[in-house]
Amino acid sequence: MFTNVFTPESWAEAVSVIKSEFLMGIWETFYVTVVSTFFALVIGLPLGVLLVAGDKDGVLPLPRALMQVLNVIINLLRSIPFLILMIMAFPIARLLIGTTIGTKASIVPLVIAAFPFVARLVESSLREVNPNIIEAAQSMGASPLQIICKVMLPESVPSLISNATIAITTILGYSAMSGIIGGGGLGKIAINYGYYRYKYLIMYAAVILLVLLVQLFQSLGTRLAVKMDKRLKNN
Amino acid sequence: MIELKHLTKTFHTASGDVPALSDVSLTVEDGDIYGIIGMSGAGKSTLVRCINMLERPTDGQVLINGVDIGSLSKKELRAQRREITMIFQSFNLLMQRTCLRNVCFPLELAGVKKQDARKRAMELLEIVGLPDKAEAYPAQLSGGQQQRIAIARALASSPKVLLCDEATSALDPKTTHSILELIRDINAKMGITVIVITHQMSVVEDICRHVAILDGGKVVEEGSVSDVFASPKSDAARRLVFPEGYTPSVFDADPDVHKIRVLFNGDDTATEPVIAKMAVELGVFANIMAASTKTVQGKAYGTMLLGVDSAEEAIRLIDYLKRYGVYAEEVR
Repeated sequence: MFTNVFTPESWAEAVSVIKSEFLMGIWETFYVTVVSTFFALVIGLPLGVLLVAGDKDGVLPLPRALMQVLNVIINLLRSIPFLILMIMAFPIARLLIGTTIGTKASIVPLVIAAFPFVARLVESSLREVNPNIIEAAQSMGASPLQIICKVMLPESVPSLISNATIAITTILGYSAMSGIIGGGGLGKIAINYGYYRYKYLIMYAAVILLVLLVQLFQSLGTRLAVKMDKRLKNN
Repeated sequence: MIELKHLTKTFHTASGDVPALSDVSLTVEDGDIYGIIGMSGAGKSTLVRCINMLERPTDGQVLINGVDIGSLSKKELRAQRREITMIFQSFNLLMQRTCLRNVCFPLELAGVKKQDARKRAMELLEIVGLPDKAEAYPAQLSGGQQQRIAIARALASSPKVLLCDEATSALDPKTTHSILELIRDINAKMGITVIVITHQMSVVEDICRHVAILDGGKVVEEGSVSDVFASPKSDAARRLVFPEGYTPSVFDADPDVHKIRVLFNGDDTATEPVIAKMAVELGVFANIMAASTKTVQGKAYGTMLLGVDSAEEAIRLIDYLKRYGVYAEEVR
């Protein structure tokens, strides 16, 4: 099935598709990824804070039952395979966006899949904060909210940025998968041409672009995390 | 005045109840520098955390100027904690904030205006001798410098009491000495009551006026530093005063022998062979009954117990040593 990949005709076709569709594909992928990551952070960050602060040894212990419910919901959402979650999220997408197909609609399942993941990442970042520093803040009369806003979050900024980078690259991968059921972007191009029409050259081009996007996000994120970390002496 | 009344703390763990403090009662007068010393596991850290209710005692009371801290509401307790601040062994500075913003932190918590806070923070950095580090981050500072920033931060809310939890345990002897001097200065100039938690004898000898010895969660001895160290009665105290060279017979020796305790605290004069010179110049041949000294960076730290035959000799000996800047006192 790979015999006709590099014929002159397939090159010509690939170039024309790249010209006509790729710019839009890159933009859609970028847009979906960034917007989904943003909403996943908006929901996931407070949840992650709650998971740490509400712990029985946390700065704002919450009822155990509440914490258990929270944990179960997060674990449940995280254990549903993304492909199935996308289908299950159709009604919600229809409710919020008015359709289940297209770039905008794919943001809904992406956010639903990503926010529990983000909550766990935020949780792990916040748990890295030195408990002695939190104790010091308590000894100075800091309230639980002050400890969260002025100690836990600022102290874990480098780790939060690293984890946000992991989140954005993962969401980028998911967004490509959403091409199967009508989502837009490079994933859709790769699946439509590569899987349905055997135009492998176009598929490879789309995949290379996806790889480049991941590289871009990752190196930007890593650089920012290092730059922000004042524990490193040269910063 | 800080009064601890019958403090008891038991930790409930999976493997059973662990008693950390049992029936600890102490009184610390205003303006004092009070040492609480004990081996690790003696309950020192738990005790100091009970004073500002970071740790809730299982039983007993902490009274500060007559107010029972344990009965305060959360909000009242937070306000009270601005009056009893704390420094730590690991400094616990906010690593992502500059030194200036670290010192501003308690003021920020109290809702002080940013400009006023910065002004006050700069004054404090001046006091601890690091005004040039205002814009540096803690990671760029040495341990001693970090502790100075932590002290400035602890002073920001104008506290009445400063709790030092093993504040010099992570520092080398020279830095320890300079930090202790700073604490002594602060105590003298600002009249802040200081409670020092430590396992280092030298720290208590250096700055404390009163001391309590904690062993197995109980206060085994308490009193002025010179009294307790001169004639330690409990085993725990004796182990602390002479960690290496203690023999019980020293303290039960002939009552006619005048015992003199000599302290070396790292001052320059202690590098000279004072004891030997004393024998030659004074003609007093003291018997070294016990000694626990060590030399760090060419300076001597520790204590020595000398025995001489007459009161007259003892007085001459003490005078002689004092001229060399070595602290000495007669012990009963």
